[in-house]
Amino acid sequence: MGDDGLFDVEDQQKARTDSVDLSSDTSLVVDISDALSERDKVKFTVHTKIPPPPPKPDFDASREKLQKLGEGEGTMTKEEFQKMKAELEAEYLATFKKTVAMHEVFLQRLAAHPTLRTDHNFRVFLEYKQALDVRGRNKKEKFGSLVKLVTKSVDEVLVTGQKDVDPFFERERTFVVEYHNKVKDSTARSDRMTRSNKQIADTYIRVSSGLNALATLEKSDLDNAEAIPESARFFIKVSEMFEKLRKVEARVATDADLKLSDLLRYYMRDTAAAKDLLYRRMRSLVNYQNANKALEKARAKNKEVQQAEKNQEEACNKFEKLSEVAKQELTDYKTRRVAAFKKNLVELAELEVKHAKTQVQLLRNTIATLKEETP
Amino acid sequence: MADEREPPPLFENEDSSEKSPLEEKTVEADQEVNLNDDANDDLFSDPPLLETSPAEDKPEAEDEDESSPAAEESGGGGGILDDVEVQEEPPKKEEKKEEKKEEEPEKMDEEEEEEMESGDTFDVDITVSDPQKVGDGMGAYMKYTVVSKTSDPSFKSSEMTVSRRFSDFLGLHQKLVAFHTTKGHIVPPVPEKSVVGMTKVKMGKGQEENNSLEFVEKRRASLERFLNRSAAHPKIRANTDFKEFLEKDEPLPKASNTAALSGAGMMRAFNKVMDSASKVVSKMDESDQWFEEKTQHIDNLDQQLKKLHTSVENMVNHRRELSNATAVFAKSCAMLGNAEEHTALSRAISQLAETEENIEQLQSSQAATDFYVLSELLKDYIGLIAAVREAFREREKTFHNWQTAQTNLAKKREQEAKLKSTGKTEKLPQVEQEIKDWQERVEKGQREFEAISKTIRREVNRFETNRVQDFRSVIIKYLESLMEKQQKLIQYWEAFLPEAKAIA
Repeated sequence: MGDDGLFDVEDQQKARTDSVDLSSDTSLVVDISDALSERDKVKFTVHTKIPPPPPKPDFDASREKLQKLGEGEGTMTKEEFQKMKAELEAEYLATFKKTVAMHEVFLQRLAAHPTLRTDHNFRVFLEYKQALDVRGRNKKEKFGSLVKLVTKSVDEVLVTGQKDVDPFFERERTFVVEYHNKVKDSTARSDRMTRSNKQIADTYIRVSSGLNALATLEKSDLDNAEAIPESARFFIKVSEMFEKLRKVEARVATDADLKLSDLLRYYMRDTAAAKDLLYRRMRSLVNYQNANKALEKARAKNKEVQQAEKNQEEACNKFEKLSEVAKQELTDYKTRRVAAFKKNLVELAELEVKHAKTQVQLLRNTIATLKEETP
Repeated sequence: MADEREPPPLFENEDSSEKSPLEEKTVEADQEVNLNDDANDDLFSDPPLLETSPAEDKPEAEDEDESSPAAEESGGGGGILDDVEVQEEPPKKEEKKEEKKEEEPEKMDEEEEEEMESGDTFDVDITVSDPQKVGDGMGAYMKYTVVSKTSDPSFKSSEMTVSRRFSDFLGLHQKLVAFHTTKGHIVPPVPEKSVVGMTKVKMGKGQEENNSLEFVEKRRASLERFLNRSAAHPKIRANTDFKEFLEKDEPLPKASNTAALSGAGMMRAFNKVMDSASKVVSKMDESDQWFEEKTQHIDNLDQQLKKLHTSVENMVNHRRELSNATAVFAKSCAMLGNAEEHTALSRAISQLAETEENIEQLQSSQAATDFYVLSELLKDYIGLIAAVREAFREREKTFHNWQTAQTNLAKKREQEAKLKSTGKTEKLPQVEQEIKDWQERVEKGQREFEAISKTIRREVNRFETNRVQDFRSVIIKYLESLMEKQQKLIQYWEAFLPEAKAIA
């Protein structure tokens, strides 16, 4: 593929050493330079917002395509097959790159987080030379987490019905919930869009090959005794152009995927995490309120007052700490979100312009050449 | 006129002023082709016709060819001008005719004959428009307005407007095939009957449903191309049925045997099967290498065109999908922009939504172009190739007739010899008469076979020339549309960029 390979070396290097400057203390810079490991779950303390884990890499789509390609080998010409194979490899590479990027961001955020960066598990993860043996969750744990999920959802519904004492948090909650829905929707739509775009790029391969076949026919036509008749040259040129166009189009799709879909997807998860945090705060608020009531009751009955007082104090502390942390996290989240959107949208627009210009150039040249050859 | 249709097919919008430069070049090219090509002897009666879609290059080309090179330069204008020039040029035409005579003496007679027959190289520009649904329910049908503009004096007037329904077109096509294909001419294809498509139209409440609108537009464009291609063919243009179709101001007698489920339709289907059966059984002994190779070439072309057509159809579908996906995304993005609390970001996201909306329009129109420019062209040529095959088959039939006549003649001669040897002379005069008859038939068969072979050679060369020209001009147009789209894309994204940068 030469110079128009899917990933410029420059791009790759940029992605790998991109450090996220979130806190003043940037002594811990995370850099992924090698293959990934699959992580199911990361356990951290509950009182902070956990950056969303990187999604499990989805190579199924590529695998499926590879299989289809193998099956369809008989129906295509050799060139078509090679091209599709190369395209598939490029796609696989793209998915891989995406995955690496996401893992990197995840780890970087952990490193930047004042509390999380000191977590023992995290340190081990970064330092341990040999392969980590992350025990997959056994049945009991899986079932447990499922139950937890259900109870949490139910609880969430109950809790979110409560009005918050603090107008700031009330506003935040409304915003986060709504935003989460919208981002989720946009993510799905964006995915569909970039997928469609990719498909068009793929059909260009067939069109290119079809035109090539027509060119071959012209060459073999009885009346055209010269080396390569002009009409054949015509079709060959158009065929070549489609091939080049396809590469650019595919790149457009990939870039849109990276800059738009992934951006939306990341913030969908991030917003979900924020939502989660707010829920936990609400939960602790409810607990605090319940503890208050229990204390009153105890005082009234004059039974187990000390215990009730202790519970109430604990609940109050927990609640206040959570509120503090939540405020901070939410502010961070907002700043990060705005910055990320800005960066990605600017890059998206720049790339789109770049690719469109390439296509215009390509088309213009081809049209000029073709018009020249009018007999 | 073009504006009312939806979506507007690209080259149907061209007006004559745009045609000239392109035609000048192509006409010169055609002249070269004609002079070099021995088989294409009819420089005048069969002008280099560009079988491009409606009103594009062909009309001018014919006139240019007729007039001398000098007149050609000045004749780059509209069709009417050319008309005048042609009429002043007959003396020059005669000169050229004589030159031609010297070149190919053996083909002289037929050539003259044909020149006198047609002698018309006038332009005919036909538009099919304004589809209207007539009636309701199962009996409903579509009628179209057919407007023909021509400088050809053999037509009733220079501008004619008639109303025709779809079955009229089918009926015309049938008649043309019956008359012309037997002579070896290539009759342009006509859109097929579509039970599904028409049912949608018939059952549709108004004319608002997208599906039936598209179907009608596709059909209208196809009918227009059929008429223009037919008019471009000098023999077909001279056909009285064809003329009547364009001229007669009253409804034509209903072509009842074009109905899908009629008795006549069944007969036709049956005959077709019988035909194909006979094709398989009696393969002609091809002694002419040209025909052998051409048949092969046509078969290959057919195969490749079909494949390419499928790929292009896929491309059209995916583009439509993309257009839908983009529209949906744009809406979702707008909602996200509304939900966003950060002012600058909110604005930027809303701008993104707008940008995507604009892009969706582009994609949608590109899909239409893909379809109407590229996909339909390929489909037309697949249809034309089928017509070429028909012509080839007619030639085979003619050959068999000739052979059969020869066999019978031989039999009769045997019979004669036997009678003579056995001395039974009563039947002799009858047999001798029969021999004369069969002899005539043999001669006729041979003449017809040679005539159709010659015609087909000419037709195929014309077809090939037109095909190359057609593809070239259509593909260039298509690429230009792609380029335009990309340029608009640049515009849209460059407009969005500052908004994105403005996020603070």
